[in-house]
Amino acid sequence: MAAYLPKIYLYRRIVLAKLFIDEHFAENINLNDIAGEAFFSKFHFIRLFKKAYGKTPHQYLTTVRIENAKLILQTEVTITDVCYSVGFDGVSSFTHLFKKFTKLTPSAYQQQQRIRKIEMAKSPLKFIPNCFAEQKGWVKKRNFKQVP
Amino acid sequence: MITSVNHFSIFVLNQDSAYDFYVNKLGFKVHTDASMGPGKRWLTVTPPEQPDLEITLMAIDEGMMFKKESAAKMRELVMEGTFGFAVFQCNDLMATYEELKGKGVRFKKEPKKEFYGFEALFIDDSGNWFSLTEKAANN
Repeated sequence: MAAYLPKIYLYRRIVLAKLFIDEHFAENINLNDIAGEAFFSKFHFIRLFKKAYGKTPHQYLTTVRIENAKLILQTEVTITDVCYSVGFDGVSSFTHLFKKFTKLTPSAYQQQQRIRKIEMAKSPLKFIPNCFAEQKGWVKKRNFKQVP
Repeated sequence: MITSVNHFSIFVLNQDSAYDFYVNKLGFKVHTDASMGPGKRWLTVTPPEQPDLEITLMAIDEGMMFKKESAAKMRELVMEGTFGFAVFQCNDLMATYEELKGKGVRFKKEPKKEFYGFEALFIDDSGNWFSLTEKAANN
Protein backbone atom coordinates (compact mmCIF):
# COMPACT_ATOMS: atom_id res chain seq x y z
CA MET A 1 0.00 0.00 0.00
CA ALA A 2 2.80 2.43 0.92
CA ALA A 3 4.24 2.09 -2.56
CA TYR A 4 0.82 2.88 -3.99
CA LEU A 5 0.15 6.05 -2.02
CA PRO A 6 2.02 8.55 -4.22
CA LYS A 7 0.20 7.12 -7.23
CA ILE A 8 -3.31 7.62 -5.93
CA TYR A 9 -3.76 10.76 -8.03
CA LEU A 10 -3.01 8.64 -11.12
CA TYR A 11 -5.65 6.08 -10.14
CA ARG A 12 -8.18 8.82 -9.60
CA ARG A 13 -7.56 10.11 -13.12
CA ILE A 14 -7.87 6.63 -14.61
CA VAL A 15 -11.09 6.05 -12.66
CA LEU A 16 -12.43 9.39 -13.89
CA ALA A 17 -11.65 8.36 -17.47
CA LYS A 18 -13.48 5.05 -16.98
CA LEU A 19 -16.47 6.79 -15.40
CA PHE A 20 -16.48 9.29 -18.28
CA ILE A 21 -16.82 6.38 -20.71
CA ASP A 22 -19.53 4.79 -18.52
CA GLU A 23 -21.53 8.01 -18.66
CA HIS A 24 -20.85 9.26 -22.19
CA PHE A 25 -20.57 6.01 -24.17
CA ALA A 26 -23.52 7.02 -26.36
CA GLU A 27 -21.77 10.16 -27.52
CA ASN A 28 -19.04 10.59 -30.09
CA ILE A 29 -16.16 10.09 -27.65
CA ASN A 30 -12.66 10.95 -28.73
CA LEU A 31 -10.26 8.92 -26.64
CA ASN A 32 -7.47 11.43 -27.28
CA ASP A 33 -9.63 13.97 -25.48
CA ILE A 34 -9.98 11.64 -22.52
CA ALA A 35 -6.22 11.16 -22.35
CA GLY A 36 -5.85 14.93 -22.54
CA GLU A 37 -8.40 15.43 -19.78
CA ALA A 38 -6.45 13.04 -17.60
CA PHE A 39 -3.18 14.91 -18.31
CA PHE A 40 -1.45 11.82 -19.66
CA SER A 41 0.27 11.14 -22.89
CA LYS A 42 -1.95 8.89 -24.98
CA PHE A 43 0.48 5.98 -24.67
CA HIS A 44 0.79 6.32 -20.88
CA PHE A 45 -2.99 6.64 -20.55
CA ILE A 46 -3.68 3.49 -22.58
CA ARG A 47 -1.07 1.51 -20.63
CA LEU A 48 -2.43 2.52 -17.22
CA PHE A 49 -6.05 2.05 -18.30
CA LYS A 50 -5.30 -1.45 -19.56
CA LYS A 51 -3.51 -2.35 -16.33
CA ALA A 52 -6.52 -1.20 -14.30
CA TYR A 53 -9.31 -2.68 -16.40
CA GLY A 54 -7.72 -5.37 -18.55
CA LYS A 55 -8.80 -3.60 -21.75
CA THR A 56 -7.64 -0.60 -23.73
CA PRO A 57 -9.94 2.44 -23.47
CA HIS A 58 -11.24 1.71 -26.98
CA GLN A 59 -11.93 -1.95 -26.15
CA TYR A 60 -13.64 -0.87 -22.95
CA LEU A 61 -15.79 1.69 -24.78
CA THR A 62 -16.87 -0.97 -27.27
CA THR A 63 -17.70 -3.39 -24.44
CA VAL A 64 -19.81 -0.77 -22.65
CA ARG A 65 -21.67 0.00 -25.88
CA ILE A 66 -22.37 -3.67 -26.58
CA GLU A 67 -23.48 -4.35 -22.98
CA ASN A 68 -25.87 -1.40 -23.13
CA ALA A 69 -27.14 -2.53 -26.53
CA LYS A 70 -27.91 -5.94 -24.94
CA LEU A 71 -29.99 -4.21 -22.29
CA ILE A 72 -31.94 -2.10 -24.79
CA LEU A 73 -32.49 -5.13 -27.02
CA GLN A 74 -34.51 -6.64 -24.20
CA THR A 75 -37.17 -4.07 -25.13
CA GLU A 76 -38.98 -3.60 -28.42
CA VAL A 77 -36.66 -0.95 -29.89
CA THR A 78 -35.56 -1.30 -33.52
CA ILE A 79 -32.02 -2.47 -34.23
CA THR A 80 -31.22 0.82 -35.95
CA ASP A 81 -32.37 2.84 -32.96
CA VAL A 82 -30.39 0.62 -30.58
CA CYS A 83 -27.30 1.03 -32.75
CA TYR A 84 -27.36 4.83 -32.68
CA SER A 85 -28.54 5.09 -29.08
CA VAL A 86 -25.40 3.38 -27.79
CA GLY A 87 -22.98 5.41 -29.90
CA PHE A 88 -22.26 3.32 -33.00
CA ASP A 89 -22.25 5.25 -36.23
CA GLY A 90 -23.53 2.51 -38.53
CA VAL A 91 -25.72 -0.58 -38.34
CA SER A 92 -23.23 -2.68 -40.26
CA SER A 93 -20.33 -2.12 -37.84
CA PHE A 94 -22.72 -2.48 -34.89
CA THR A 95 -24.01 -5.83 -36.17
CA HIS A 96 -20.48 -7.07 -36.85
CA LEU A 97 -19.21 -6.13 -33.38
CA PHE A 98 -22.33 -7.36 -31.63
CA LYS A 99 -21.97 -10.75 -33.27
CA LYS A 100 -18.29 -10.86 -32.42
CA PHE A 101 -19.11 -10.32 -28.72
CA THR A 102 -22.28 -12.39 -28.34
CA LYS A 103 -22.15 -14.89 -31.23
CA LEU A 104 -25.61 -13.66 -32.22
CA THR A 105 -26.85 -10.90 -34.49
CA PRO A 106 -28.72 -8.10 -32.69
CA SER A 107 -32.04 -9.27 -34.12
CA ALA A 108 -31.42 -12.90 -33.10
CA TYR A 109 -30.44 -11.72 -29.62
CA GLN A 110 -33.57 -9.58 -29.38
CA GLN A 111 -35.72 -12.53 -30.42
CA GLN A 112 -33.96 -14.82 -27.91
CA GLN A 113 -34.58 -12.30 -25.11
CA ARG A 114 -38.21 -11.84 -26.16
CA ILE A 115 -38.81 -15.60 -25.87
CA ARG A 116 -36.93 -15.77 -22.55
CA LYS A 117 -39.02 -12.94 -21.10
CA ILE A 118 -42.30 -14.58 -22.10
CA GLU A 119 -41.13 -17.95 -20.76
CA MET A 120 -39.96 -16.40 -17.50
CA ALA A 121 -43.34 -14.76 -16.92
CA LYS A 122 -45.17 -17.95 -17.83
CA SER A 123 -42.98 -20.56 -16.12
CA PRO A 124 -40.52 -18.90 -13.73
CA LEU A 125 -39.62 -22.22 -12.12
CA LYS A 126 -37.74 -23.16 -15.30
CA PHE A 127 -35.17 -20.52 -14.35
CA ILE A 128 -34.61 -21.62 -10.75
CA PRO A 129 -32.68 -24.67 -9.51
CA ASN A 130 -35.30 -26.93 -7.96
CA CYS A 131 -33.48 -27.22 -4.65
CA PHE A 132 -33.92 -23.48 -4.09
CA ALA A 133 -37.51 -23.46 -5.34
CA GLU A 134 -38.43 -26.23 -2.90
CA GLN A 135 -36.76 -24.43 -0.02
CA LYS A 136 -38.80 -21.36 -0.85
CA GLY A 137 -42.02 -23.36 -1.19
CA TRP A 138 -42.33 -22.45 -4.85
CA VAL A 139 -43.94 -25.48 -6.42
CA LYS A 140 -45.44 -26.31 -9.80
CA LYS A 141 -49.07 -25.47 -10.54
CA ARG A 142 -48.84 -22.42 -8.31
CA ASN A 143 -49.88 -19.07 -9.71
CA PHE A 144 -46.84 -16.79 -9.66
CA LYS A 145 -48.57 -13.83 -11.25
CA GLN A 146 -48.26 -10.53 -9.44
CA VAL A 147 -51.41 -9.11 -7.94
CA PRO A 148 -52.04 -5.85 -9.85
CA MET B 1 -15.90 -35.15 -9.62
CA ILE B 2 -16.98 -31.59 -8.94
CA THR B 3 -15.91 -29.34 -11.78
CA SER B 4 -17.17 -25.84 -11.00
CA VAL B 5 -19.58 -23.59 -9.14
CA ASN B 6 -22.49 -22.01 -10.99
CA HIS B 7 -24.71 -20.71 -8.16
CA PHE B 8 -24.16 -19.34 -4.71
CA SER B 9 -26.39 -17.26 -2.49
CA ILE B 10 -26.03 -14.07 -0.54
CA PHE B 11 -28.71 -13.33 2.03
CA VAL B 12 -29.90 -9.76 1.70
CA LEU B 13 -32.27 -7.58 3.70
CA ASN B 14 -33.95 -5.96 0.72
CA GLN B 15 -33.78 -7.15 -2.89
CA ASP B 16 -34.48 -3.72 -4.43
CA SER B 17 -31.64 -2.18 -2.49
CA ALA B 18 -29.40 -5.19 -3.22
CA TYR B 19 -30.18 -4.83 -6.93
CA ASP B 20 -29.04 -1.22 -6.81
CA PHE B 21 -25.88 -2.14 -4.90
CA TYR B 22 -24.76 -5.11 -6.98
CA VAL B 23 -25.83 -3.78 -10.39
CA ASN B 24 -25.41 -0.02 -10.19
CA LYS B 25 -22.48 0.17 -7.77
CA LEU B 26 -20.50 -3.05 -8.30
CA GLY B 27 -21.36 -3.29 -12.01
CA PHE B 28 -22.72 -6.85 -11.91
CA LYS B 29 -25.15 -7.99 -14.62
CA VAL B 30 -28.68 -9.15 -13.96
CA HIS B 31 -29.02 -12.78 -15.01
CA THR B 32 -32.55 -13.64 -13.87
CA ASP B 33 -35.17 -11.41 -12.32
CA ALA B 34 -38.40 -13.38 -12.04
CA SER B 35 -41.50 -12.48 -10.10
CA MET B 36 -42.61 -15.39 -7.92
CA GLY B 37 -45.88 -13.89 -6.81
CA PRO B 38 -46.75 -10.97 -4.55
CA GLY B 39 -43.63 -9.71 -2.78
CA LYS B 40 -41.51 -12.67 -3.91
CA ARG B 41 -38.72 -12.50 -6.40
CA TRP B 42 -35.92 -14.69 -7.72
CA LEU B 43 -33.01 -12.40 -8.46
CA THR B 44 -29.58 -13.48 -9.64
CA VAL B 45 -26.63 -11.43 -10.86
CA THR B 46 -23.29 -12.35 -12.40
CA PRO B 47 -19.86 -10.77 -12.08
CA PRO B 48 -19.17 -8.72 -15.26
CA GLU B 49 -16.64 -11.17 -16.67
CA GLN B 50 -18.05 -14.40 -15.26
CA PRO B 51 -21.49 -14.80 -16.87
CA ASP B 52 -21.89 -18.45 -15.83
CA LEU B 53 -21.70 -17.79 -12.09
CA GLU B 54 -25.13 -16.78 -10.81
CA ILE B 55 -25.14 -15.08 -7.43
CA THR B 56 -28.57 -15.34 -5.89
CA LEU B 57 -29.60 -12.27 -3.93
CA MET B 58 -31.78 -14.19 -1.53
CA ALA B 59 -34.32 -12.31 0.55
CA ILE B 60 -34.55 -13.34 4.19
CA ASP B 61 -38.26 -14.01 4.27
CA GLU B 62 -40.32 -15.81 6.81
CA GLY B 63 -41.54 -18.99 5.12
CA MET B 64 -40.31 -22.48 4.37
CA MET B 65 -36.66 -21.50 4.51
CA PHE B 66 -36.85 -19.47 7.71
CA LYS B 67 -39.27 -19.63 10.62
CA LYS B 68 -40.29 -16.20 11.94
CA GLU B 69 -37.71 -16.21 14.76
CA SER B 70 -34.98 -17.58 12.50
CA ALA B 71 -35.63 -14.89 9.87
CA ALA B 72 -35.39 -12.17 12.52
CA LYS B 73 -32.19 -13.69 13.88
CA MET B 74 -30.72 -14.06 10.40
CA ARG B 75 -31.49 -10.44 9.56
CA GLU B 76 -29.80 -9.36 12.76
CA LEU B 77 -26.70 -11.45 12.01
CA VAL B 78 -26.45 -10.07 8.46
CA MET B 79 -26.83 -6.49 9.69
CA GLU B 80 -24.13 -7.07 12.31
CA GLY B 81 -21.68 -8.04 9.56
CA THR B 82 -21.34 -11.66 10.65
CA PHE B 83 -21.02 -13.11 7.16
CA GLY B 84 -18.19 -12.85 4.67
CA PHE B 85 -19.19 -14.76 1.58
CA ALA B 86 -16.66 -14.39 -1.19
CA VAL B 87 -13.43 -13.03 -2.57
CA PHE B 88 -13.91 -10.85 -5.64
CA GLN B 89 -11.00 -10.38 -7.99
CA CYS B 90 -10.02 -7.24 -9.86
CA ASN B 91 -7.18 -6.31 -12.18
CA ASP B 92 -6.16 -3.31 -10.14
CA LEU B 93 -7.22 -2.88 -6.54
CA MET B 94 -6.49 0.82 -6.18
CA ALA B 95 -8.47 1.79 -9.27
CA THR B 96 -11.40 -0.41 -8.23
CA TYR B 97 -11.22 0.84 -4.64
CA GLU B 98 -11.24 4.47 -5.77
CA GLU B 99 -14.19 3.88 -8.08
CA LEU B 100 -16.29 1.97 -5.54
CA LYS B 101 -15.50 4.42 -2.77
CA GLY B 102 -16.57 7.22 -5.09
CA LYS B 103 -19.87 5.41 -5.58
CA GLY B 104 -20.46 5.27 -1.85
CA VAL B 105 -19.39 1.68 -1.14
CA ARG B 106 -18.27 1.26 2.49
CA PHE B 107 -14.93 -0.41 3.23
CA LYS B 108 -14.10 -2.14 6.49
CA LYS B 109 -10.46 -2.62 5.49
CA GLU B 110 -8.47 -0.19 3.39
CA PRO B 111 -6.23 -1.64 0.63
CA LYS B 112 -3.35 -3.50 2.22
CA LYS B 113 -0.54 -5.64 0.93
CA GLU B 114 -0.97 -9.29 1.92
CA PHE B 115 1.16 -12.29 0.99
CA TYR B 116 -1.37 -13.22 -1.73
CA GLY B 117 -1.74 -9.75 -3.21
CA PHE B 118 -3.46 -6.48 -2.37
CA GLU B 119 -6.72 -6.70 -0.51
CA ALA B 120 -9.51 -4.49 0.76
CA LEU B 121 -12.76 -5.49 2.43
CA PHE B 122 -16.05 -3.89 1.51
CA ILE B 123 -19.56 -4.18 2.91
CA ASP B 124 -22.73 -4.54 0.87
CA ASP B 125 -25.95 -2.65 1.53
CA SER B 126 -27.16 -5.39 3.90
CA GLY B 127 -24.01 -5.80 5.98
CA ASN B 128 -22.32 -8.76 4.26
CA TRP B 129 -18.61 -8.26 3.76
CA PHE B 130 -16.39 -9.32 0.87
CA SER B 131 -12.74 -9.40 0.07
CA LEU B 132 -11.69 -7.43 -2.99
CA THR B 133 -8.34 -8.70 -4.14
CA GLU B 134 -5.73 -8.02 -6.75
CA LYS B 135 -3.66 -11.16 -6.94
CA ALA B 136 0.08 -10.85 -6.54
CA ALA B 137 1.96 -11.49 -9.77
CA ASN B 138 3.49 -14.69 -8.35
CA ASN B 139 0.29 -16.00 -6.76
